[in-house]
Amino acid sequence: MKLLTCPLNGLRNITEFTYGGEYHPMPDHQQASSREWAEHVFFHDNAAGVVIEWWCHSASSYWFLAERNTISDKILRTFPASEIFNQRIDFNPLPELTSTAPSTPPPTATQKGES
Amino acid sequence: MPFGLLKYGLNSEYPGTHHFNPTTELKKHYDVVIIGAGGHGTGIAYHLAKYHGITNVAVLEKNYLGSGNTARNTAVIRSNYLTEEGVTFYRESVKLWQDLSNEFNYNVMMESRGQLTLAHSDAAIRSFRWRAEVNQHMGVRSELIDRQQIAEMIPNLNMSEDARFPIMAGLWHADGATARHDAVAWGYAKGACKRGVELHQLTEVQDIEVTSGKVTAVKTNRGRIECGCVVQAVAGASSIVAKMAGIPLPIHSYPLQAMVTQPYKPVFTPHVSSPHLHVYTHQTSRGEFVIGGGSDPYPLYNTRATLDQRETLTAAALELFPFLAQARMLRQWAGTTDMTPDYSPIMGLSPVDNYYLDAGWGTWGFKATPICGKTMAELVATGKVPEIIKPFELERFYKYQQINEAGATAASH
Repeated sequence: MKLLTCPLNGLRNITEFTYGGEYHPMPDHQQASSREWAEHVFFHDNAAGVVIEWWCHSASSYWFLAERNTISDKILRTFPASEIFNQRIDFNPLPELTSTAPSTPPPTATQKGES
Repeated sequence: MPFGLLKYGLNSEYPGTHHFNPTTELKKHYDVVIIGAGGHGTGIAYHLAKYHGITNVAVLEKNYLGSGNTARNTAVIRSNYLTEEGVTFYRESVKLWQDLSNEFNYNVMMESRGQLTLAHSDAAIRSFRWRAEVNQHMGVRSELIDRQQIAEMIPNLNMSEDARFPIMAGLWHADGATARHDAVAWGYAKGACKRGVELHQLTEVQDIEVTSGKVTAVKTNRGRIECGCVVQAVAGASSIVAKMAGIPLPIHSYPLQAMVTQPYKPVFTPHVSSPHLHVYTHQTSRGEFVIGGGSDPYPLYNTRATLDQRETLTAAALELFPFLAQARMLRQWAGTTDMTPDYSPIMGLSPVDNYYLDAGWGTWGFKATPICGKTMAELVATGKVPEIIKPFELERFYKYQQINEAGATAASH
């Protein structure tokens, strides 16, 4: 049986885990064009070698990150997401989308992020 | 042909015929370079040479002819998909399959044995009814059949209502078939080589040169080749090769494992699939039961076989066919499935000029082989994307116009 070390629950059978996709940084959610969002959501490195990816311990719904070699299937390291996400991300909408803020200036074309 | 056979039989030396060209030095320049000598790559070369008169073509293969996923799939041919684009595409492919042995005068052992997909839930019956309607509307033979019809068709199937997931209905697809997968690559390669195409095995593409947005040359372990255009047909390594040309693809590569038993006397004819149990099987004309299932749970560039998957496949297969408990397993293997987010292939133009994509073949590549050879060759020869493959362009992901192919084998996950 292949084992995986969960940062929260320790060494467990890999069948207890769900693969959650490649880790890659999110684009600027206010500025990104629809093309950039498409690349972020659909396109993948799909690299042959050491990659960082999301995993979830299904029984405890605990999400974390793992460094894995996609050729040898060797898991090199697992670590909590807090190593990368060490500060709060604010998902504030663009000012023009906030109907309760009439004092904000009208948006410019570039702010809409459409290309 | 009968006279050819007679002549051969009366010949005292039984002369062998060479299927493929002997390995020669690579030329400095080819009009078309095809990366990957599987069914798709050789099929494109064959169509270019036979129907478009383009013979200054090199098919480059890292390993040997048909050594990749052409040799690793479970050789299932069907067209009972769900989307209009998908059904049209695979329907045309099945038509080509039916005449393929005649087409290149090489027996691919095409067997129209039919395919039965099993429903174990009300939801599955609803979706099968939908699929049957779509298929019939588009000229593909699909129909919903009940328990009694299933029991008559396959007496050995476990129809017990006490099973963990009792069989409730089935989707019968009379056009379903199997073929000898190696012979497809051999037949296409033979026909292409006869017309002047060069097959270069053990020739690995290591880099692709792109000059001002246009592909100009490929670097291989045997030297550099200038080229008019490049077609990549490398299922299982699509992302890696496309990356050499600087093209990102929406693909994750997962292994898909299958296994086969020792040969037994004929038991049943159709291909039987259960999306719910993640298993499918048919008995080959040699008598072996081929058993396959879904892709592995996470991506990997490795064709190792795992005990986990063998247990899962065996448990599911035994639930359908308890008599297989006595069967002995011959071997287990894996291929690499390039999974796209919408379970449809990526075909046609790429962001690089004169660089054509034949990628994202997930679990549906083998059955598409003849139509890919035909349409991709047409694209290369004319520069115009054939209507039938237009929906599968890479650009669809940027336009949010994916083709959600819920009829794909792996879409049950």
